[in-house]
Formats: sequence, structure tokens, C-alpha cells
Amino acid sequence: MSRKADIPVGHDAIAEKGWLSAHKYLLLRRFSQAFFLAIFLLGPWFGIWWVKGNLSGSLTFGVLPLTDPFILIQSIVAGHWPETTALIGAVIVAAAYALIGGRVYCSWVCPINPVTDGAHWLHEKLGMPKGWQPKANTRYWVLAMVLAVSVLGGVIAWELVNPISMLHRGLIFGMGFAWAFVLAVFVFDFAVARRGWCGHLCPVGAFYGLLGTKSLLRVSAVDRAACDDCMDCFAVCPEMHVITPALRGRDEDTPLILSPDCTNCGRCIDVCAPQVFRFTHRFDDSPAPARPEREKNTPSTKASRAA
Amino acid sequence: MSSQPKSKMDRRRFLQDAARAAAGCTLGGLVLAKLATDAKALPAQALRPPGALPEDDFLAACIRCGLCVRDCPYDTLVLAELGADGAATGTPFFTARDVPCEMCDDIPCVAACPTGALDKGLTDIDDARMGLAVLIDEEKCLNALGLRCDVCYRVCPVIDEAITLEQRHNTRSGHHAIFMPTVHSDACTGCGKCEKSCVLPGEAAIKVLPRHIAMAEAADHYKLGWENPDPLVDDLIDLPDRLPGPGTDNLAAPGGYEFEPAFKLPGGAGQ
Ligand code: SF4
Ligand code: SF4
Ligand code: SF4
Ligand code: SF4
Ligand code: SF4
Repeated sequence: MSRKADIPVGHDAIAEKGWLSAHKYLLLRRFSQAFFLAIFLLGPWFGIWWVKGNLSGSLTFGVLPLTDPFILIQSIVAGHWPETTALIGAVIVAAAYALIGGRVYCSWVCPINPVTDGAHWLHEKLGMPKGWQPKANTRYWVLAMVLAVSVLGGVIAWELVNPISMLHRGLIFGMGFAWAFVLAVFVFDFAVARRGWCGHLCPVGAFYGLLGTKSLLRVSAVDRAACDDCMDCFAVCPEMHVITPALRGRDEDTPLILSPDCTNCGRCIDVCAPQVFRFTHRFDDSPAPARPEREKNTPSTKASRAA
Repeated sequence: MSSQPKSKMDRRRFLQDAARAAAGCTLGGLVLAKLATDAKALPAQALRPPGALPEDDFLAACIRCGLCVRDCPYDTLVLAELGADGAATGTPFFTARDVPCEMCDDIPCVAACPTGALDKGLTDIDDARMGLAVLIDEEKCLNALGLRCDVCYRVCPVIDEAITLEQRHNTRSGHHAIFMPTVHSDACTGCGKCEKSCVLPGEAAIKVLPRHIAMAEAADHYKLGWENPDPLVDDLIDLPDRLPGPGTDNLAAPGGYEFEPAFKLPGGAGQ
């Protein structure tokens, strides 16, 4: 704790691997977020219509339909059976995320992610308190509530307030008052609850998390024996509770981060100087011995709480 | 994570948390439900694209992707912006006075819609019912004032079926005709070209309104004799038939009553 206070997070990793390598996945992620926004903007800004539509539904090169499966599910429970095009689009998207990790949507695509990351950055910068923390599983309650309102109201309920589509649609089609919703998310994360929106409330993240429960792509703490307890991974992880079971596990526990909350953002890989983490697949069973002293004093929960 | 309550304390904590979350979500749900009902009130001047499902179904079907907007060659359609337009945020609509629908033969907006919010069953654009034109201000319509403007009539893509000019006597001049623009709901597609082209500055005298606003409910309990000439009551009551006979034309009335003319023509020649 005290150590963290005076040495900036990721310092060791930068010293060890160089700045670029210590920011590799962060840079790739920002690039990916910008890329997914840019391909949608090519049309309206430059008249290059490779992709039409927005994240809710789009058509790429006039042939590939993509649909947000969460929106389509709301539509179906609201009482509309969609045309095949939308269904195919949703199946493609769902299959992709089921494979690579549902919350890859969160860290690599969702336009709200830079907003909440920005709020978090400012939050840390100003040394604000952690603030009110709703339970992490509140998002499943919100998810259930959204589906319930869709059923009862016969509308695609979350789209009435969803800051993701408001921002994305706003950038592509024109914003209106929707920026206020985005600002609200920023303020909420900055002043009310640290990592509050994406970490506790957003039902879209919850949905994609569930979608990727059995995903192939996973981060693994393969070299956990080398962990020097610097806590940097806990400091950067947007869902820090997912790290503990893998990193602090015993020999017989899997080093794979299997929680559906992990966004596969790869930041833990970036900031870890001893290079404990790496991307791998779910069936990777290369041996990952735990740290010897972990074997003795039953570990984990305290350390993770301290983070 | 401890969703599995272990001890009594844990269970109590768990139940408390659950209750709190449930309460919070109920509250949030109520707000969302209120927003959902509000969203169903489409402003009168916002028209849905051709083939759009009825508003209730439309809000369950439209994912707000804007593909219909992109494929409309005339930039007729726009996605509603929060706060600015009144239609449910992100859903497509058009304002006839700004850009009307050009009634494309191939209906590209409908073809683009991936969800069926714009019904693929609409294959002939003449069957579209985006709204219904209503001559809403007869006091300012130039034709209604007895002038020959006729613009709305002439731009109508379904001219002489959706809109006709009905001749009427002009009582002001006494010897001219008024050519009253008259819209027929069975043929008007609601494209809005008439409203767009109305020459009046600012608001048009003819406006396209959503059909549920423009149309009244028919009084089906009245029988329109000119549409259905079969007598309704004939078989039930037999009213006396007043045929020519005694009592009607200087002749004896039925029942033996003898009609006496008040005076007799000279020469007694009868009528
Ligand atoms: S939790 Fe929601 S808002 Fe946050 S990144 Fe994921 S989808 Fe976007
Ligand atoms: S565990 Fe690593 S990859 Fe997963 S969310 Fe945390 S920092 Fe990102
Ligand atoms: S029919 Fe043509 S002009 Fe009318 S809304 Fe559709 S694409 Fe646009
Ligand atoms: S294409 Fe269909 S789903 Fe997409 S915005 Fe238009 S009406 Fe809605
Ligand atoms: S809206 Fe006007 S122009 Fe269009 S079909 Fe109806 S009467 Fe004709």
C-alpha cells in the first residue's frame, strides 16, 4: 500500500521492459477503439461506405450484417421476431465474443470505455476516495430489470438510456442532448463510484460477460511464482477481484483468469515487471506452480482487499 | 465471490444486499418504464418511414441502426436526437415540410432494415401509409379562398386518387368555382410532398399527420343508405304503402273515406 503511494503504477514494468512494451496492450486497445469508431465514421465523413450503421446494427461491405445480440434479445422479449438479417448478424457477433471473451467488447470496442477510463485516470490523479461501491453483481440485477421492462413495456428498454449507443450514434448521426448521458457516466465514475459504471452497473457489460463465460481466449497468471507482490496489476485492472484466484492460487488451482468479469484488456500483462501474465487459451494446462510462501499462509482475500 | 451464504451472518448480509439491489432496480425499472411510455408518444409532425410497424410494435422492433437513413437517396430520414426531435431517441422519422418521402419504387429504406421494423411486406410504395394529408387550414389555403394554386394537387405522386380538386360554388364572387383540394384516405400514402410544396410561407395549409390522429373512428352504427341500399327495416315492420288510389288523387281513400275537393273546376273536368 505505502509502496504504491510513492512509486507510480507500472514503473517497474517500464524499467524492466521499456515504455512501449509496458503499454503494449493499452496502446493496442486504444488503437482498436479508435479503429472501430473510425470505420463507422468513414462513410459520413469521407463518403467511404465500407460500413453503414452503428454498433447496434451495421452492414459491412454491403454483405456482412452485424447486430448487437443484447439489443436483439430485448427486441424479441418485447414481442418482435426480427428478420433473418438481424438474427444472422446477432449470431455472428455473439459467436465471435463467445470465442474471444465477451467483455472484449468492453475493453476493445465500446466507446464508453475511454470515457470511464478517463474518469478513473482523473480520479486517481486527484487521489479521490473510492466512493460508494455498489456490489459488483448489481449489473445482473440491472440486466434483469432491463429485460423485465422490455417484456412489460414492449420496447427495447435499454436503448432509451444506453450511453453506449447514444455516444456512438451521436458521433455518427448527430448528438443532440445525448452527450449529457455520457457526461453523467463520467461524473458518476469520477465523483460517485470508482469504476462504478462499467464495474458494477452497465447491463451491456454484464450481458457480454455472460456471453463470454466459456470463451477460449483467457489471460493466465502462468508465471505466478515470479510475482513480487507489487500490486500493480490490481491497481490497473478494472475488475481487480478476478485476479486473486488465479494469481494467488495454490499449485492445484488453475492460473487462468476464468471470471467472466475479466475484460481481456491485457493491462495486467502490460504492467507486470516479472511478466507473470500472458494471453493464452482456456485449455492451456502448462504447469504453473504457486509461490512457495503462498503454500504456507493461506493467502489472497486480505491482499486483494488491500488493493 | 460469496453468493453462497455460509453462516447466519453471511445469509443476513446476502439477503440485505439482495433486497437493496432489488429495491434499487425496481426504482430504476419504474423510471425506465415511464421513459418507455413517454417514448411512445410520437409528435404529430414526425412521420415514420414507409412500411413502419404501428408505433407500439415499431419501438419493440427498431434497433436504431440507421441503415434506413443511410439508404434513403433523398436524405429524407433522420434518426431522432435526444431532446431535439421528440421521437424516441435514435429512431428514424421524417418531417414532411423539411424533406418529404419521394416514394422510391424500390423502397430502399425498407430493403435496408435488418429487423423488419420496416415491414418487408410493403412491396408497392403506393400501399405505404406513412400518414394522411389533411387540409388543415382552409382559411389560408389559396384554393379554398377561390384562387387557383393547385400545387399540392399537382405534386402528388398519386394525383387524382390520393388528392382531387372538388368543384364548389364560390359564394363570395357568386359566379366562380372553388377547387377544393380533397384527400382520399384510401390512396394517400402520407409521403408529404403536398405539405412540402404548399406555397404558404412557414406552416403549410395541408399537413400530413399520423393516421391515428388524422382519422376518426367510423360511426358503424349508422347505415349509409347510399352505400348499402338494401332496406334495413323493411322486413321488420310493414308500413302502409301510399300508392295512388282513392284519397290521394281525388279518389276514394283506403278505408272508404271519400275525399271531397274543396271546389270544383268549372265544367267538372277534374284535374
Ligand atoms: S461495461 Fe458497458 S459501458 Fe463499460 S465498457 Fe463494457 S459495455 Fe461499455
Ligand atoms: S485481469 Fe487483466 S485482462 Fe482481465 S480485466 Fe484485469 S487487467 Fe484486464
Ligand atoms: S421511399 Fe425513398 S424517399 Fe421515401 S423514405 Fe424510403 S428511401 Fe426515402
Ligand atoms: S433500418 Fe430498421 S432497425 Fe434500423 S433504424 Fe431503420 S427502422 Fe430502425
Ligand atoms: S401526402 Fe399529399 S402528396 Fe403524398 S400521397 Fe398524400 S395527398 Fe399525395
